[in-house]
Amino acid sequence: MRDGFYLDNNATTPLRPEAKGAMLCAMDAPGNPSSVHGFGQAQRRIVEDAREHVAALAACAPANVIFTSGGSEANNTLLHGIAANNIVTTSVEHASVLDAVPNAMIVPVDADGVIDLNALREVVSGLDGRTLLSVMAANNETGVIQPIQAVAEIVREFDAKLHVDAIQAAGKIDLAPIVRVSDAISLSAHKLGGPQGIGAIIVRDGVPFEPLVKGGGQERRRRAGTENVIGIAGFGGAAEAALAEFDDFQALADMRDGIEIALAGDAVFYGQGVSRLANTSCIGMRGVSAETQVMAFDLAGIAISAGSACSSGKVEPSHVLRAMGLSDEDAGQTIRMSLGWANDPSDVGAFIDAWRALRARTASEVAA
Amino acid sequence: MTNTEARPIYLDYQATTPVDERVMDAMTPFFTQAFGNPHSTSHSYGWEARDAVEVARQQIATMINADPREVIFTSGATESNNMAIKGVGRFFAGRKNHMVALKTEHKCVLESIKYMQRHEIDVTWLDVNADGLVDPDTVAAAIKPDTALVSVMLVNNEIGVIQPLAEIGAICRDRNVYLHTDAAQATGKIVIDVQAMNIDLMSLSGHKMYGPMGIGALYVRRKPRVRFEPLMDGGGQERTMRSGTLPAPLVVGFGKAAEIISQDLDQEAARIRNLRDRLLKGLQQRIADTFVNGSQNQRVMGNINIGFRGVDSESLMNALKDYVAISSGSACTSTSVEPSYVLRAIGLSDLDAHSSVRMCVGRMTTAQEIDQAIAAISNAVEKLRGAGLVTNAASVAG
Repeated sequence: MRDGFYLDNNATTPLRPEAKGAMLCAMDAPGNPSSVHGFGQAQRRIVEDAREHVAALAACAPANVIFTSGGSEANNTLLHGIAANNIVTTSVEHASVLDAVPNAMIVPVDADGVIDLNALREVVSGLDGRTLLSVMAANNETGVIQPIQAVAEIVREFDAKLHVDAIQAAGKIDLAPIVRVSDAISLSAHKLGGPQGIGAIIVRDGVPFEPLVKGGGQERRRRAGTENVIGIAGFGGAAEAALAEFDDFQALADMRDGIEIALAGDAVFYGQGVSRLANTSCIGMRGVSAETQVMAFDLAGIAISAGSACSSGKVEPSHVLRAMGLSDEDAGQTIRMSLGWANDPSDVGAFIDAWRALRARTASEVAA
Repeated sequence: MTNTEARPIYLDYQATTPVDERVMDAMTPFFTQAFGNPHSTSHSYGWEARDAVEVARQQIATMINADPREVIFTSGATESNNMAIKGVGRFFAGRKNHMVALKTEHKCVLESIKYMQRHEIDVTWLDVNADGLVDPDTVAAAIKPDTALVSVMLVNNEIGVIQPLAEIGAICRDRNVYLHTDAAQATGKIVIDVQAMNIDLMSLSGHKMYGPMGIGALYVRRKPRVRFEPLMDGGGQERTMRSGTLPAPLVVGFGKAAEIISQDLDQEAARIRNLRDRLLKGLQQRIADTFVNGSQNQRVMGNINIGFRGVDSESLMNALKDYVAISSGSACTSTSVEPSYVLRAIGLSDLDAHSSVRMCVGRMTTAQEIDQAIAAISNAVEKLRGAGLVTNAASVAG
């Protein structure tokens, strides 16, 4: 790492050394994995090794892993590709879900950002035909974990299909129970220490879908295009490392909780009372706009964000926080701090100092 | 003959190219130090990645004489082709329900158009002549009042022939029809000028031009503006035309690869053409009963598609596997036993198509490798013919 404190790991993560190593090996040789000559076969082995590591992370068979260009493609493929008369999703999903299905029925969340199961049951029970439900495993802005098992029971009861956007959850919570009850899952490498530009879908046997990208017969005809071998290798390396270091990730909760204890009383924490990812804290500073906070942190050499990276150019308040019942004003004064594999306790200390300094400065400005 | 301990000579540059060292050097820091999400606007990690993406966008634009705002990054040419064809088809659905394409297009163009065909788009499939080229008049004749899109590949992936795109572009502009071209096989081999050729949509690929796999682009003309529906919705990246986090390191590598092409193409083309001619002449001198597929004049500099009568291409590739890496056609269909539809379209019999192989010389190929390859290929052909491991022994004997 270089100078500065990177605390925006839900936007993207630094590349894990294991991922880098696997990518360097893959870069070493030319070859298209579909070519039958030796160069091609060597590339094919790299792809299949990586597929095994991703399958291990997701506790599924390698044959159920299909590589895509990332999480957005994964979500678009499944939501457009699985035949359904009705699509149901929640108000806190990522934009790549909400924008892919503009006509979906939206189930609300409670003040902590957890899906309202009664509302879900009511919506699903009233539908005719095939229903596809899309629920994220963990939220990118708050880290709040959805009760997928309870959701799956409703899905089973009404014979619907379940898609789980596990992009923020992979490597951070145990995917096995989620994969067991889902029909399809979306994953992204660069949120778990792999490179950008590579993701995957995991599709249960017997769940048909229309591929989004058509052409050559790659990925068993389910996703055309020459495989991004370097990216796939990096995804495999990152998945392997994320699985091996799963406990280390859970230990990030100590650092995160350290921040929340240090700032308790002054700050507001959203989603704090429910099950959350170990690395995420969604923090409001009353009276100070998120933009001001982000700039002040940047001057202190600390990278955080005011919400999701893909929409961080927009000035609108977060749809996630609005769905949790926050006013525009409160939502507009909230930032996201997300830790990752490369952080250490000194990063947390720097964050606390910067937060307090800004609080003190703005409080005195208000007083004056 | 080459030492079997050494790696085979790589003559499959149309399947994929090695990453250029200069590209690698440009990419590396963006994997590890400047790893930010280019869409993060709140910190310098994000800004740094975004600035690098914009430099790359300019580098791609320069290579094709476009405005940087017309360059949309994708995961590769397959995605770009899907995006252009399905996107235009969906945008004009109900108003313009007709498309025109060559029978020899890349598989992903064929599949995307066939998909639209299943969704009420009428398609005119154009034949090519024995040289593999389409007559611009044939294109003009195929355009109807409700034609939304003409898709003609710039360079064929199997036989390397260059279509008369400037003429076709003039016709399409005149008739107010979008021209899409799959230029994945053209970049780094010929000069591409989207203005001179009147191209409206163009698919590009990183890994066919010494950049990395997993990155490509779609050129989308701004004036007159091209309208299409995005393939992927989401965070609204790439001016809402292509959502998804951009892989900044791959984009940087792609841009660098384009910059190298903009600077070195003339020199490189001459060098590669010399090597290709040396290879072709060498094979023709050493081996009897050969035939070349596709136009010899309207052809990119590295490509050879050659048939050895009486020699099955699968057996030849197998005999050469420790010495020379070549292919029998497109990599994406190389596990298929069907004869190449491109070779069939230029009039080859199944037998001749099965006796043909594709070779492509590239940036890293040396004269010594060419000479070694000639020796290895002619030995293998001789042995296969001698051993009677032939598909048409009778016709050769006769």
